[in-house]
Amino acid sequence: MSLVLIVLVLAGIAYYLGHRRSLRIAGGRIADLHSLPGHYAWYAALLAAGPALALIVLWSIVSPLVLRWATIGRLPADAQALSGPRLDFLMQDVARIAQGLPARGDVTPGLAQAGAFYGSLGTASTLLLWLLVLVLAVGGIYLALRWIAPDLRARNHVERVVRYLLLAAAVISILTTAGIVFSVLFESLRFFNRVPVTDFLFGLHWSPQTALRADQVGSSGSFGAIPLFVGTLLISTIAMLVAGPIGLLSAMYLAEYASPGFRNVAKPLMEILAGIPTVVYGFFAALTVAPFLRDAGQAIGLDVASESALAAGGVMGIMIIPFVSSLSDDALTAVPAAMRDASLGLGATRAETIRQVIVPAALPGIIAGFLLAVSRAIGETMIVVMAAGLTANLTVNPLAAVTTVTVQIVTLLVGDQEFDSAKTLAAFALGLMLFVTTLILNVVALYVMRKYREKYD
Amino acid sequence: MQGETALNATALALDPPQAARAAEAGPKTAPKMATRGVKLWYGAKQALFGIDLDIKANEATALIGPSGCGKSTYLRCLNRMNDVIEGCRIEGEITLDGEDVYDRRIDVVQLRARVGMVFQKPNPFPKSIYDNVAYGPRIHGLARGKAEMDEIVEQSLKGAGLWKEVADRLHAPGTGLSGGQQQRLCIARAIAVSPEVILMDEPCSALDPIATAHVEELIDELRHDFTIVIVTHNMQQAARVSQRTAFFHLGKLIEVGETDQVFTNPRERMTQEYITGRFG
Ligand SMILES: Nc1ncnc2c1ncn2[C@@H]1O[C@H](COP(=O)(O)OP(=O)(O)OP(=O)(O)O)[C@@H](O)[C@H]1O
Ligand SMILES: [Mg+2]
Repeated sequence: MSLVLIVLVLAGIAYYLGHRRSLRIAGGRIADLHSLPGHYAWYAALLAAGPALALIVLWSIVSPLVLRWATIGRLPADAQALSGPRLDFLMQDVARIAQGLPARGDVTPGLAQAGAFYGSLGTASTLLLWLLVLVLAVGGIYLALRWIAPDLRARNHVERVVRYLLLAAAVISILTTAGIVFSVLFESLRFFNRVPVTDFLFGLHWSPQTALRADQVGSSGSFGAIPLFVGTLLISTIAMLVAGPIGLLSAMYLAEYASPGFRNVAKPLMEILAGIPTVVYGFFAALTVAPFLRDAGQAIGLDVASESALAAGGVMGIMIIPFVSSLSDDALTAVPAAMRDASLGLGATRAETIRQVIVPAALPGIIAGFLLAVSRAIGETMIVVMAAGLTANLTVNPLAAVTTVTVQIVTLLVGDQEFDSAKTLAAFALGLMLFVTTLILNVVALYVMRKYREKYD
Repeated sequence: MQGETALNATALALDPPQAARAAEAGPKTAPKMATRGVKLWYGAKQALFGIDLDIKANEATALIGPSGCGKSTYLRCLNRMNDVIEGCRIEGEITLDGEDVYDRRIDVVQLRARVGMVFQKPNPFPKSIYDNVAYGPRIHGLARGKAEMDEIVEQSLKGAGLWKEVADRLHAPGTGLSGGQQQRLCIARAIAVSPEVILMDEPCSALDPIATAHVEELIDELRHDFTIVIVTHNMQQAARVSQRTAFFHLGKLIEVGETDQVFTNPRERMTQEYITGRFG
């Protein structure tokens, strides 16, 4: 860490020196330089820090592997024969011995020796790294100062580096996503080795208790995901029935009718709704809305469960209103005033204008808002845990208790778990299904958007 | 050409000599639109200071004047497009065929169907060419059935001199046309509701010379069927297309008269200076 700081300081010095040098060779006439002094400064700083930082990153990835490989060679023969987690455990002890910490397993003389070797090799590696990095950084400064000349295209060099940095950022996010998808996919496949895919996809019964001991009875576990998906669908639908109309209509009001003063107050107020922690919505749903619905249901002779899909979905709908309203409002106000004028000038009323011109033109943004809201609804967990219950009922009755995919993922993973029991792995399969669902949703939305889009450029 | 642009029976009956006679009749015929003492404020800022102006039927009236003098503002008064502007207040009398357009009984929707508008920048809807033209007729329920609508669309596009260019792609997006075609599409859209007056706010300022020539020719034809008020910064254009010219300055109407007279022999010195380019 301190090495990184030192490199950054050197880069700062390089920046300063590069700036001064470019001014000196320009002799005060900056226009003679190919680039601005700031570009030369950045050029020097990048030359100083770039290779050095790259080496640090590379070293921190490669050196542990080399260290481990070299140390395993020094282990006693019986230890070398180990593999997998046991070898990992042993190596952790070796590292602890090297750092002077008490080992967690037995320390044999051979192990102590390996520890000492590991320690000294590690120190040597660190020293070497420091040396190389300092040489690279200082060398970078030296070269930069030598190369800086009036016709050096520092601006172009710096821009190229910036472009690569941007590319790197994009690649990192793509790789991370791909990594997550593949790990979920892989674990799901392990799950499907134990539980047939068809049982999972089409099973009507969800009770994921597996036997802890072989002699336990009646708990083979059943992993039919249909009740969970129906529950998710039910609650999301209720939520969208609340959020869709309210959000869209309020966006229309804000964008087309409200005075600027009202709008400036109302819009941030609505956006606060999205900022309230979901736990708060959760207990609001569980302690206020659900009992209210139950009592109201009793009064008119309906049997409402004290934890109901309606309570959870309704409160969730309130929570996601801002996703619909804010994005729709942005999309509506982005429609050029010329469109409004044209329509009004033809004698259309405000409402006709909104319905026939403004909304079609703003459709992509509106759909984006709905989509965001739906994916929030599908992914929302806390409100459902608190207000809709945990029982996997297969029902579309909004007055009954249901559970959702996300809630079950949580309950599967809460508490101590074996990492390769079917119960734990089921969470990955559910996650995969969620992922596929939102993916399909996105594709559908894209298609709808293309088809109905009215571009106003 | 005349028959092609005609949209309704009365327009058909009006052949050029007749229209010219109507124009020559001068003060004796009642004006199509008239404004008396029109004052307008945007919030605290006054933009119009008592405009008295008659707009005669089947003539093109040009509004000229330096930037910011209130030409657009005045134009937008005529079909109450200023209504939608926050904090806009208006005083005075504006009549269409003798009826006060600010009368409570007048429906602004009906008014705008009778007084159409073409804007400075072509602003077709992001819909197909057909739907652009059909938009107004649909809103006002002018067509019974598809065949009638097709007829209205065709006649309007012909009236705007665009039919030949777009007949084979009526269902392509209107935004895909060139700027000049878009502006003629906007004119077609405006005449599709058979208005009596068409207001044009610098309709050619976003167009190249050839497209401008197209639109100018069109205006000269449209004048036989409609009454036209056109704002322009181009003196030649005003001289070419208009029969009467009104010169505005700082929210006041300085001079109005026959276009020939205003351009060759203006009464006011300020008008003279403006049209010869000495200020503005
Ligand atoms: N919506 C508005 N709010 C406030 N002031 C406005 C508004 N529209 C126009 N004005 C002001 O009213 C005055 C007249 O403007 P207007 O647009 O009518 O001028 P114009 O003659 O059309 O000018 P141009 O030739 O540049 O189009 C200007 O001073 C302008 O700043
Ligand atoms: Mg203007």
